[in-house]
Amino acid sequence: MFAFILRRLAVAVPTLLLLIVFSFVLMSLAPGGPFTGERALPPAVLANLEAQYGLNDPLWLQIWNYLVSIVVHFDFGPSFVYPDRTVNQLIAAGFPVTLTYGGLAFVAAVVVGVALGVAAAIWHNTWLDYLAVGISIGAQVLPNFVMAPLLVLVFTLWYRVLPGGGWSFNDPSFWIMPVIALSTSYMASIARITRSSMLEVLGSNHIRTARAKGMPESRVIIRHALKPAMLPVISYLGPVFVSMITGSVVIDIYFSTGGIGKAFVDSALNRDYAVMMGVTILIGTLTILFNLLVDVLYAWIDPKIRY
Amino acid sequence: MTKLFATTALVAALAMPAYAVQPAEGETLAETQTYTYWLLDAIKSLDPGKNTDVEGSDVLRQLFEGLMNENAEGEMIPGVAESYEVSEDGLTYTFNLRDANWSNGEPVTAEDFVYGWQRVVTPAFASEYAWYIELMNVANATQVIAGEMEPSELGVRAVDDKTLEVTLSEPTPYFINTLSLATTYPVPRALVEELGDAWIQPQNIVGNGAYTLASHNLGVEIVMQKNPEYWDAENVVMETVRGVTVNDNNVALTRYQAGELDRVQIPAGQFPRLEAEFPDQATSVPYGCSYAYVFNLSEKGPEVLKDQRVREAMALSLNRDVIVDQILQGGQRPAYTWTHWAINGFAAPEGGMQDMTQDERVERARELLAEAGYGPDNPVRLQLQYNTDENHRLLAIAAQQFWRPLGIEIELNNVEWAVHTDRLQNQDFEMARYAWCADYNEASTFLDWFRTDGYNSGKWSNAEYDQILAEAATAEDTEPLYRRAEEILDAEVPAVWVYHYAKVDMINESIKGLPTENLRNTWYAKDLYRVAE
Repeated sequence: MFAFILRRLAVAVPTLLLLIVFSFVLMSLAPGGPFTGERALPPAVLANLEAQYGLNDPLWLQIWNYLVSIVVHFDFGPSFVYPDRTVNQLIAAGFPVTLTYGGLAFVAAVVVGVALGVAAAIWHNTWLDYLAVGISIGAQVLPNFVMAPLLVLVFTLWYRVLPGGGWSFNDPSFWIMPVIALSTSYMASIARITRSSMLEVLGSNHIRTARAKGMPESRVIIRHALKPAMLPVISYLGPVFVSMITGSVVIDIYFSTGGIGKAFVDSALNRDYAVMMGVTILIGTLTILFNLLVDVLYAWIDPKIRY
Repeated sequence: MTKLFATTALVAALAMPAYAVQPAEGETLAETQTYTYWLLDAIKSLDPGKNTDVEGSDVLRQLFEGLMNENAEGEMIPGVAESYEVSEDGLTYTFNLRDANWSNGEPVTAEDFVYGWQRVVTPAFASEYAWYIELMNVANATQVIAGEMEPSELGVRAVDDKTLEVTLSEPTPYFINTLSLATTYPVPRALVEELGDAWIQPQNIVGNGAYTLASHNLGVEIVMQKNPEYWDAENVVMETVRGVTVNDNNVALTRYQAGELDRVQIPAGQFPRLEAEFPDQATSVPYGCSYAYVFNLSEKGPEVLKDQRVREAMALSLNRDVIVDQILQGGQRPAYTWTHWAINGFAAPEGGMQDMTQDERVERARELLAEAGYGPDNPVRLQLQYNTDENHRLLAIAAQQFWRPLGIEIELNNVEWAVHTDRLQNQDFEMARYAWCADYNEASTFLDWFRTDGYNSGKWSNAEYDQILAEAATAEDTEPLYRRAEEILDAEVPAVWVYHYAKVDMINESIKGLPTENLRNTWYAKDLYRVAE
């Protein structure tokens, strides 16, 4: 297992490198640049800007300089659009925000989703099943860009109990609506996957054997059914966790949290090259790490799996 | 604006006392003086030399003060400059600065202005707004930006601590009007040299405005507090100013209605409903931007657009009343000139399209197209490019419908902002939506756009037009010149004018002192106060 983890980490380095080079090239191919606007800048002004940000170097040199500055100084460069700030500062300010509401939303989605899915499978084809399926379909079809403004309407304008947006680490009332709006559709997916996987496991031979031996039903479900039924859920959760903690552009826009979900999309639209690269690398690294974690969890849950 | 060139008139204007905030009779001030306004996006920079956008300007105007301020009508009034003199040839301006302090107690000197301006044009500082110092025609700006001269050779110098002398490369009638923008603000030299880039961090920043920065949570909220060091602090009523970012306009409106904001823009199409429901809060005032569809008349442009009759037919048959009254519905006005109707000292040419009914215009358009050999049987085919935005899309669809019956088939081409501007600047389009906003309240800010050496994405060119605008730069009476320029645009149709902007907002009725006649909606928190409800 230890060797497996090491091997996977060793592969991660060239993977990230490829990601960086590929993103960098794609980015430079996109028309326009960080300094295009209604006004074409006078050539001399543009030349000064390009010199300042190293944009007049050949592409290979830009990529090389970028890699060196990351590896040697852990410096992701200055933002083009937020000249007062570096990419490191922008990520350090925005990532804790999305990590907070994304992490909470993840916990909520997993706890509620798994509970709903398991309940629906155990009481298959009863009113409880229909209710659970109904809730999860409802949550799935109500997209977060509809739910977010609705939440603001209800809790901010009508009942005046929650702030309509913004962010504070000291005041959880700012976290509630982002967590609800972000978690519901994931919760629905988790419930559906858990339910169908659980149903499949409950119909399998080892469960029948366990029941035939007279094992109490609660033990059958918790020890023998739930564990294997979690495998597809876990493989779904790895990437979902990353995408939740790196934020959602919809949540960031409707609740104005200052998170990096919006920063990522904005940086692409504004051609803020350095911010875009920084967030891409962050998301890439987290994705690689959490996929590895999922694989390790797999082996732990299912002893048949060996690497 | 009356011409600012007559020196005597100027000095007289400046002798007036600074405008002090006073509640009107019968008004009682509220106990807490706080004003919370809406920001669509994060503040990109707090460095006056690097700021490029409106939201940043709104904040910097509270934290810093330039030579001149604007009053509620958009006229220039004294800021740090107490008075000034202009030389006979119009090339040298001498400003006498008042006794004012930075928020750290140090005096504001002429040297701080010199340093601020030099910094903007320094190549290594790489300010996007270096062009603004060029626009002001400060002597040697172009050469300094190009690296051919030292920043110290820029035409600005401190005669003594309280006297600033600016030399221009040519007489510039609008020069004084440029002095309220953040790019021209002073910068605390000693602090910048001590701290470098870090001087702009919230814990370090020092300004000379009526407010100081209390906190800045990027993309969430910016809070400013009254600055006791400000020279006119005794007349400042508003204690706290908060800018709150809400990235979605509709959510912002909900939050306004919940009492979280004192001012918010009204989303397109909602003004009539809100005005009926909240007549004391819904406002619409002219805003100095014009919206147009620009034709590509360069070599890369389509052949059919080189026929003036086709362009004229398109301008005639666009039903602006429907666009303004049915789609935008916020007090915008149909545009028949490039210059915004409310610009000071501008009078639109008489006659022409404006005096015709829409049916007459369509009739005339059909004739013109028929003469040019086009019609429903042989349609003109064009692509209209616009950047992603719901309103641009609606307007483009409307235009498509107005033109189709005449035999002008429009294909809509929606691209994202960066691609849109890139194609505009490289003449990779056929027709494109474009909007221009006034840099200062004078017609040349619009008309210069179509000069052969102007931004002019469509590459239309006319020698007489260039000549007129060159003359206007030094003329005593510019009104007939600008009118003639618009006549030329009207005759040659380098673009279809669509509408003139309005600023359509919900404003809490207890907030007083916001400007209603300032075309660029330049507001100063020091002029505001909140009355008790």
